[in-house]
Amino acid sequence: MPANRFNGFTDYGVGIGLRIPHYQHIFEQKPVVDWFEIISENYMVEGGRPLHVLDRILEQYRVVQHGVSMYFGSAEPLNREHLRRLKNLVRRTKTPWLTDHLCWGSVDGRYTHDLLPMPYTFEAARLTAEKIRQVQDFVEIPVAVENVSSYAEFHLSEMTEWEFLNEVVEQADCGILLDVNNIYVSSRNHGFNPLEYVNSVPAERVAQIHIAGHSEFKRYTLDTHDHPVIEPVWQLYARAIERCGPTATLLEWDDNIPSFDEVHREALKANRFLHKQEDLLPSFPSTTEPILEEATR
Amino acid sequence: MSGVLVELQKRMAAAVMEPLTRNETTRRIRRDGVAMEREAAAFIKPNDSLSSLERLEIYNRQYWFRLYSSFEDDFPGLQAVLGRRQFERVMRAYLDQCPSISFTLRDLGSRLHAWLTNHKEFTAPKSRLAEDIAGLEWAHIEAYDAATTPPPTPEFFANVTEETVFQLQPSVRLLDLSYPVDDLMIAVRQDAGSNDTSTNNATATRKVSTLRRVANLPPAQIWLAVHRQEFTVYYKRLTPEEYRMLTAIQAGNAFGVAFEAAFANSTMDEADRPAFLQECFHQWAILGWLCEPEIPSHEFARTGELQ
Ligand SMILES: [Fe+2]
Repeated sequence: MPANRFNGFTDYGVGIGLRIPHYQHIFEQKPVVDWFEIISENYMVEGGRPLHVLDRILEQYRVVQHGVSMYFGSAEPLNREHLRRLKNLVRRTKTPWLTDHLCWGSVDGRYTHDLLPMPYTFEAARLTAEKIRQVQDFVEIPVAVENVSSYAEFHLSEMTEWEFLNEVVEQADCGILLDVNNIYVSSRNHGFNPLEYVNSVPAERVAQIHIAGHSEFKRYTLDTHDHPVIEPVWQLYARAIERCGPTATLLEWDDNIPSFDEVHREALKANRFLHKQEDLLPSFPSTTEPILEEATR
Repeated sequence: MSGVLVELQKRMAAAVMEPLTRNETTRRIRRDGVAMEREAAAFIKPNDSLSSLERLEIYNRQYWFRLYSSFEDDFPGLQAVLGRRQFERVMRAYLDQCPSISFTLRDLGSRLHAWLTNHKEFTAPKSRLAEDIAGLEWAHIEAYDAATTPPPTPEFFANVTEETVFQLQPSVRLLDLSYPVDDLMIAVRQDAGSNDTSTNNATATRKVSTLRRVANLPPAQIWLAVHRQEFTVYYKRLTPEEYRMLTAIQAGNAFGVAFEAAFANSTMDEADRPAFLQECFHQWAILGWLCEPEIPSHEFARTGELQ
């Protein structure tokens, strides 16, 4: 299960987001890290220090690209310049799969730079799936879409968020980046059972999992990525791993970023669930995928 | 394409991008007279703890805070020159009138210099100083991650004639300024705790009062090249002749034309010009500013239409 066609038949372990405050530590200490996730847009530039730093990272580490502004769900066409730059970066990083969000964020070429929630309609699912397919065809590697945290729901919606996710990924035939913290945050804001969400996800499509911390306010919960992961989110993670098998996992920490070691230690807590699951796996291949993995090398 | 989805996204985006009140809350009445509470309720469901408007407000505030933070990081010099209150007025008006049209926030300030030039009422009485510093800060951002073009072959240099067309290194930005804002920018960056002038967007707290003293600069015309060596951005003052010649080269003119442009209004003695020219070329070659013209890439055109 861990290696599947949505993550390029890879078997990545536990990674963390590559962030500027950690550059020095990484270059000086060369810590052992399974993989780094980069924000694609930060490196979709022509030259200079960002690409130099990235190249140094690529010499030593595996990198997976995560985007924040493709806006599969925006009603307007894809941005060609964005795609061109993204593909150039894919060639550079050799990312086995890439991810962006199941959301919208631009109208008439104007960008909000936010991850705005979708109305969960069949029409929106069809359009979003079509755009995911276009990106997938263009970049020529698997694309996985991430469920976002949300603070609003629309009157227009015809289904639950997880039904919408299912609808989109089936139509697009793409992977899922399952963010269990986002599920938790949205469940707090919209009053659904987060476990029902995790249980409804097509496990065979999960390419990667995100874990993160958030902030609780009196009347709503915000996805702030500035805290350790809380226990209920670990529980959702445990359930996701139970269903999907040991899956490439990444801790997001974007604000009030502590030391590299602290972030890495927090991420590695995922291992207690991953290894527990590995212990449960039979010693022979349970699916044909590992054999496929060999064949593609 | 779904008309329903388009309409929802247009309405939601308009609401999210509507400027906040002075207290950073969502306006009750939008500038076009629409009541925001009714507008929000038209498409957003309320829940037990938040009204439709309150749910919209989370996104409205998030939008503006993200833009403010990016803009503040990109233009610390402008803030030093204008002071916090005037800077905020500029920031709010600019971001309202020139919302992001790029997938990356890096480009947020791309239209600022032109906007300031057309909206001097926001920066008076320091309009020219504000325009100069904003122009320099944008040039710095551009130089920081511009492409690097390899130096020309020795054969190319050996065969330079009046007809030769050079291309300037893409990171080179040429500025004609009324104030010595290069010194000011270096002070701003040092004050921000960074002695590496290449750090795009140093975010440390800036000692605004110190900076404002520095900001009371007397005018003095300077010509400046903002350029990058390896991964560090530098400022280099130019003579007016150098500036005019480089500007002509950057515009795609042949070397002979650039030479004419350099000395068009020059007071430099004719006899000194050949040596001056030789020295210029020597320096520019060392700095890697002169490149062979690139053949444009049409890679994307071959990949076909997307939508
Ligand atoms: Fe995430």
